[in-house]
Amino acid sequence: MGSNSLYGPLDPAPDAGYTDAPPRMGFFTDTSVCIGCKACEVACKEWNLIPDDGFNLLGTSYDNTGGLTANSWRHVAFIEQPAANRGGGTVDALAAAATIAPPGRQPEFLGMPMSDLPGRTIDAPRSDFRWLMMSNVCKHCTHAACLDVCPTGSLFRTEFGTVVVQEDICNGCGYCIPACPYGVIDQRKDDGRAWKCTLCYDRIGDGLMPACATACPTQSIQYGELDELRSRARHRVEALQEQGVTEARLYGHDPDDGVGGDGAFFLLLDEPEVYGLPPDPVVTTRDLPAMWKRAGVAGLAMAAAVVVSFLGGRS
Amino acid sequence: MVPPADFRSYYGRPVVKAPVWHHDIAAYLFTGGLAAGSALLAAGGDATGRPALRRAGRVTALGALAASTYFLIHDLGRPARFHHMLRVAKPTSPMSMGTWILSAFGAAAGVSAVAEAAPLLPGRGPLGLARTVLPPLGTAGQYGAAVLAPALATYTAVLLADTATPSWHAAYPELPWVFAGSALASGAGVGLLAAPCAQAGPARRLATLGAALELYGAHRVETTKGLLSEPYTQGRAGRLLRAGRALTAAGVAGAYLGRRSRVISGLSGLSLLTASLCTRFGIFDGGVASAKDPRYTVVPQRARLAARSQASTDVSGEKTEEGPAIAGQ
Ligand code: SF4
Ligand code: SF4
Repeated sequence: MGSNSLYGPLDPAPDAGYTDAPPRMGFFTDTSVCIGCKACEVACKEWNLIPDDGFNLLGTSYDNTGGLTANSWRHVAFIEQPAANRGGGTVDALAAAATIAPPGRQPEFLGMPMSDLPGRTIDAPRSDFRWLMMSNVCKHCTHAACLDVCPTGSLFRTEFGTVVVQEDICNGCGYCIPACPYGVIDQRKDDGRAWKCTLCYDRIGDGLMPACATACPTQSIQYGELDELRSRARHRVEALQEQGVTEARLYGHDPDDGVGGDGAFFLLLDEPEVYGLPPDPVVTTRDLPAMWKRAGVAGLAMAAAVVVSFLGGRS
Repeated sequence: MVPPADFRSYYGRPVVKAPVWHHDIAAYLFTGGLAAGSALLAAGGDATGRPALRRAGRVTALGALAASTYFLIHDLGRPARFHHMLRVAKPTSPMSMGTWILSAFGAAAGVSAVAEAAPLLPGRGPLGLARTVLPPLGTAGQYGAAVLAPALATYTAVLLADTATPSWHAAYPELPWVFAGSALASGAGVGLLAAPCAQAGPARRLATLGAALELYGAHRVETTKGLLSEPYTQGRAGRLLRAGRALTAAGVAGAYLGRRSRVISGLSGLSLLTASLCTRFGIFDGGVASAKDPRYTVVPQRARLAARSQASTDVSGEKTEEGPAIAGQ
């Protein structure tokens, strides 16, 4: 364990003891081109044989999943915003995002839900309404609190720098669940164990793309070497900013953030908390040495109190 | 200062997941502390020639330990796999450290409690041998358990604090004081219940010192964490913590005022034990409540970001470039 194993920038696989680890792999989820089709949610369920979450109508726009749970490892968030609620200016982010089509090709109609016949209003002036969509997933943190606190060794760091639960080891102690600063990992009720995204460990080892990225029709979910994804994301956010989408920003890309950077990071069009993400997550184990120290001092005080009580009086 | 509480969220849904632990864990916080406090009481009683304290301490430590083991295993999603805890020893996992502390403590406290039965054994034969070797083993176990007891009583504070549960994590500097004090007070409660008045002097003093630690810690947790103190003062958590405080005060007062009355001493001991139970459940519930409301995750993190950008503005004398473009810096 290196000196900054609990906090700060780090390459996690070599730190976990892998020699000759392959490059760190991850996701860049560009929400500016997400169309809310939920193909990622479905592909993930299919590939990983995840049980259903029940049939719920939540009344939260098109989101009837609710959040990441033991049975939903990708979750598409839908936020409906009138222009007044926007974080940034009045530029149409989705129209701007549509301009990233490869040269020579026109942006295609991809089946966005609308209130008129498909295609008829495609050229109509945009209203003051915008729809944010974002496919959320486990962040595969550089400093993963879930992994740090797991008492069985069930959670482990893979050679790709990702974080995976071993279902044959997990005893359902539940510690990882409140430890995750993003509220990702969760207990499956009828099963007792903890489950979350594996970044398709069983696919990427064979050179395949994770199921969600494979299914995503707009390349909102991009899979690849983390270094490459980070530079791609930097260019993308610059391009959007130049086009006037001032509210475009990256989230989880920075190795100097509270979790040492996420293996799965995002381009967002509003503040993180609007999407249900913590604005400034910090891995809880950053403070663990200080916690042990405090507990040690309190323990010594206990011992002193006992000595005083038994020796410090006549009765 | 409580930061302004307007904030944005995703349909009011929590950001972090609330602990899936049941009240088994809250109960374990109490029984674990009780085991630790009792083991210390037994060691002190034995060392200073107070057999009633020794006996009560040893037996209660074993009983509380058995209850702890039950609660911990019962709370698992896969109880049959409890032994997977023993695959690894991980300093970054307070639960792993706790498992090893509890196991070692259990062995020591177990021997010392069993040794209490030595005088009941026949003087001859193999059981007679046990009758002679058990008492020294019991004494060794008793002091071994006492050495481990402070770790057993305080690691649970780290267990709760080492999470993203907002009000638990924020309380990490003082939570060990609360749990250490609560463990001492419950051990003292056992002494007051079990010992004749003539032997209960140390239990009274221990109750006072334990109560002081606990009340100091709880006061800090409830008043110095800004918005994150709030969950400890509201709802069921607030009621439990207030009840705990009142019962602690009553227990200490009763222990002194009624020091010549066996009945009042006993009631005071009971009051201290109930107080410890209330405090543990209150701390547990306060943390759970803080995880269920996104306000407690978002508002303090926003305040932290604002403070940081304020600091960088102060240093450079102007707003830094990347400000609005990149979140989470
Ligand atoms: S996002 Fe949560 S579950 Fe995923 S690696 Fe980080 S701490 Fe673990
Ligand atoms: S629930 Fe399973 S994966 Fe999570 S910390 Fe416990 S043993 Fe590890």
